[in-house]
Amino acid sequence: MERVPILKIGDILLVSIQVDMSDQTAMQLQEDLAERIVATGCHGVIIDITALDIVDSFVGRMLSTIASISKVLDAETVVVGMRPAVAITLVELGLSLSGIRTALNVERGMELIAAARADEWDEADGDEDAETTATA
Amino acid sequence: MALSAEQSGRLARLLTEQADRLTERWTELVTASLRGRLSRAELAGQARELHRSIIDAGENGLTELADEHGGELRAVLAELSAGRARQGFSATETAISVYALKDALLELMEESQGTETLRDFVAFSALIDQMGLFTFESYVRTRESLIADQAEQLLELSTPVVKLWEGVVAVPLVGTLDSARAQVVMERLLQALVDTGSPYAIIDITGVPAVDTQVAQHILKTVVAARLMGAECIISGIRPQIAQTIVALGIEFGDIATKASLADALRHVLRLSGVETAVRRPRRES
Repeated sequence: MERVPILKIGDILLVSIQVDMSDQTAMQLQEDLAERIVATGCHGVIIDITALDIVDSFVGRMLSTIASISKVLDAETVVVGMRPAVAITLVELGLSLSGIRTALNVERGMELIAAARADEWDEADGDEDAETTATA
Repeated sequence: MALSAEQSGRLARLLTEQADRLTERWTELVTASLRGRLSRAELAGQARELHRSIIDAGENGLTELADEHGGELRAVLAELSAGRARQGFSATETAISVYALKDALLELMEESQGTETLRDFVAFSALIDQMGLFTFESYVRTRESLIADQAEQLLELSTPVVKLWEGVVAVPLVGTLDSARAQVVMERLLQALVDTGSPYAIIDITGVPAVDTQVAQHILKTVVAARLMGAECIISGIRPQIAQTIVALGIEFGDIATKASLADALRHVLRLSGVETAVRRPRRES
């Protein structure tokens, strides 16, 4: 069975899908990714689909599931490198991949995750400040 | 009524015997019909070529223009009508070049008093009719391919994707947006996003004369597709009347940013991407 490799770059896990996804491969990827997120404590997941010619409802659902799993484990998911033809097909099919963040390429994806993390920290800082002022 | 092999042989013989007289008369008739827009020498050349290929076909026992012996004759006719179509002659003027042969032939055949003359002439003119129809069809085909080429060129011309700023591309849409054009615009824009790695795109509709539900649908699809790829689209250049139409038709642009002018859209994008713009006081000449 084919397995999708998961690469760790700094605080981010990079998944580059280069094979046709079957049920088995998708399930395996979800399991592997969940384990790796917990093991490495990464806070970002980038799924690169540059090599995919076809994204159907099955792959779309898989991406949604991965995003949800990562969210539960406190990691932000970004899908990067979608081809124009794939995007057009998805729009024609009426699949909007709601709840999934997208970026043009891996670099932009990393920027997006960094920005999202920064926002979270800002919010957390804001909350702490509010608490300290409340107690004082 | 189809030509018999015997009759086509007779036609070839007749044409060979009276070659000079026939082409002369034929050229004269065609020149008169085109009122001097093509030179007599050129027309005479065409008439001789056609004459030659009719004789060849006749000697081979041509019965129908569509059968295997008519191949060369068809090629000559197609070339003739394609040339006329490109030079801007009307279909009638093109067909007359062939039908003039009938008149020229009739004048010749009136002189010979054979028993078969009438029968032969009817058969010959049936062949000439076929040739005329074939010419007409080739003419239409050439015209259609010309129109298709021009439509394609227009499509190429009218959908440029320009880079406005680092990471910002714009598509100034000009002219009516139908499904085919919308598809081309969408593909071009998305490809440009990938090529330049731009996370922002501005779709400027200043040049679109009218926005109906279908046009809005096309624009919305493009925006959603760009979002799927991780880029944000801004729609700009919405004129007052178009804004009214959009509201009257109940078109919802949802959370897509719309701006009145391209300048506003660019400023909006620059702010989103964190570029600061400042007005510097103009330096005084002293």
